[in-house]
Amino acid sequence: MSTTFIEGSIAVAKTVGVCRPQVISAYPITPQTHIVEHLSELVANGELKCEYVNVESEHSAASVVLGASATGARTYTATTSQGFLLMIEVLFNIAGMRLPIVMTCVNRAVSAPINIWNDQQDSLTARDSGWIQLYAEDNQEASDMHLQAFKIAENKDIMLPVMVCMDGFILTHSFDPIELITQEQADKFLSPFTPQYYLTPKNPLSFGTMVGPDGYMETRYFIEKTMQVSLQVISDVAADFHNQFGRFQGGLIDTYKVEDASLVLVAMGSIIGTIKDIVDELRAKGQKIGVLKVRSYRPFPKDEIYKALSHVREIAVVEKAVSLGYGGILANEIKSVFYGKPKTPKINGYILGLGGRDITIDTIHQVIKDSVNVLSEEKFIGLNEALIKR
Amino acid sequence: MATTTLTAPTEHACGPLLAAGHTACTGCGEALAAKLVLGAAGSNIIVTSATGCLEVFTTRFPQSSWEVPFIHSLFENSAAVASGIEAALKALGRQNEAKVIAQGGDGGTADIGLQALSGMLERGHDILYVCYDNEAYMNTGVQRSGLTPFDCMTTTSPYGEYSWGNKHNKKDMPGIAAAHGIPYVATASVAFPKDIENKVKKALTITGPKYLQIHSPCPLGWRSNPQLTIKVAKLAVETGLYPIFEIENGKVTKVRKVKTPKTPVEEYLKIQGRFAHLFKSAEAKEEIQKIQEIADRNIEKYGLA
Repeated sequence: MSTTFIEGSIAVAKTVGVCRPQVISAYPITPQTHIVEHLSELVANGELKCEYVNVESEHSAASVVLGASATGARTYTATTSQGFLLMIEVLFNIAGMRLPIVMTCVNRAVSAPINIWNDQQDSLTARDSGWIQLYAEDNQEASDMHLQAFKIAENKDIMLPVMVCMDGFILTHSFDPIELITQEQADKFLSPFTPQYYLTPKNPLSFGTMVGPDGYMETRYFIEKTMQVSLQVISDVAADFHNQFGRFQGGLIDTYKVEDASLVLVAMGSIIGTIKDIVDELRAKGQKIGVLKVRSYRPFPKDEIYKALSHVREIAVVEKAVSLGYGGILANEIKSVFYGKPKTPKINGYILGLGGRDITIDTIHQVIKDSVNVLSEEKFIGLNEALIKR
Repeated sequence: MATTTLTAPTEHACGPLLAAGHTACTGCGEALAAKLVLGAAGSNIIVTSATGCLEVFTTRFPQSSWEVPFIHSLFENSAAVASGIEAALKALGRQNEAKVIAQGGDGGTADIGLQALSGMLERGHDILYVCYDNEAYMNTGVQRSGLTPFDCMTTTSPYGEYSWGNKHNKKDMPGIAAAHGIPYVATASVAFPKDIENKVKKALTITGPKYLQIHSPCPLGWRSNPQLTIKVAKLAVETGLYPIFEIENGKVTKVRKVKTPKTPVEEYLKIQGRFAHLFKSAEAKEEIQKIQEIADRNIEKYGLA
């Protein structure tokens, strides 16, 4: 397999292109722009046969793919940060209508103060929307994840939208050697989209009807049930991908040197790469340390996480988002994994890298040092003391 | 697999495309207008609806009045959802399968949905957008919208010691639509059903974005007698307060003339509770005069006399 030295956004756009989306909607917002720009080039050059709709807002970007998906088209859009927040009303609507749209959420901080750099506050804010959320570690995974996303979303037993989350700038604007997926390979992996229900005069159905107290709850129940079914489908699709392409970046989770570890760091997204380097460094010095990547955040794979970490004495959750008023979002969910289990490890939560604050090797070392010394705390790491003391 | 889709009752398959049995109020102008639009368009259509009375009174689970494919998503995105449907039909090579009709009330069209509608009009989608204009947010309990007329009493523009009701003039929504350079803009009224049908049929022969705004009295919100819906609507047209016209490629091509001598606006206002405060005092006469001037300006602007 040959690799191409390519920007993350362009690799993602090329992969989306070979998934043969039939309708794409796009509204520009940094750092999502390179993805939709490249897709528009593919359409302009005739490499991708697709209706490319330049909308006037992210609300309409999501609404256009909603209408198109309900009509039976494979659809794609991408956004980030403020655009993502503007979409949220539609995102809930899409999931409620069981439309298998695939979207890239380029992860970026949210305003105020306005900040265009990376953290994961945007996508985590829509945690409860009914979208499957997958987080990519590097550009190879981000690229490959889009092909997997369509297969997961359009599975007849799932029919839920899938969001591929990738860190803004850190992934989208960095160049890496990537094994790109060819059209032939994509066609072999992903069948055409043939929905059971869609808008057509041949079978006039009503979508998005008003449901009162007599039926609303069941719609939420069915989505929750489907989320549980999707745990298996996400694993299966990752395994299928491994079989065809020889690449495996994890199913629901991925682990690195966790088996005999006493301390495990848990995280999502591009920070995993940095942590792996430190794991290698500290292992060389004899410290039993590993890292667990949460690849599927929704559905949340609590059984897999428990299985992987049940032997561990200490867990340090590092995350680039915060539930203001209750600390780390992922940290609290990792804690809940151990509720009612016979042994609970020490679990510390660390919030870092907000608004693009650098996460260096030293930042992670600080986390590890702190985690060894304290019991069950949540902290901001890497704060600028000069600003705080003013 | 679980699904939220519903099938329309088949026993009405040969009847109106908006089946009877929905829960609209007695004398509802919007229900009448929607039935006329669908009847004129025929069954080879896909329709969207903004959130509002229309969606509420036609789709109460587990029933649906729609004998045509129907989708309701949100309040402000009827035009954007329709844009996606139209794009999908093109992408799937199914353009000949159905015409796309987007629907919304006055709030969903001229206020919260204006941006999405502007996008749809500017991008040139082959869609007929129909605004059922009942001049306030009726579904939420008669609050003022951008299409509420001047001095009209609503629950958020009440009459009081310091207020004659709605302080602002009705937004020129057809003018805004026409400013997008689209091929067809028209207004209509439920008082003239044939005219609605003709305009829908004509619009659907034109490729590109079309905008049709239909004056649809709401007896509940207008506090008018439900038996008088057609009469009220007719008086709005005859006084010049609701001008009926067609704008093709930017030019007014056809209008419905008003009778001479002209019908004073009092005739229209006095049969509606929403204007009752204008008949309670001597100083209210000045307000009625302001409304007469609005009608006169319409008659002048569109050459209705």
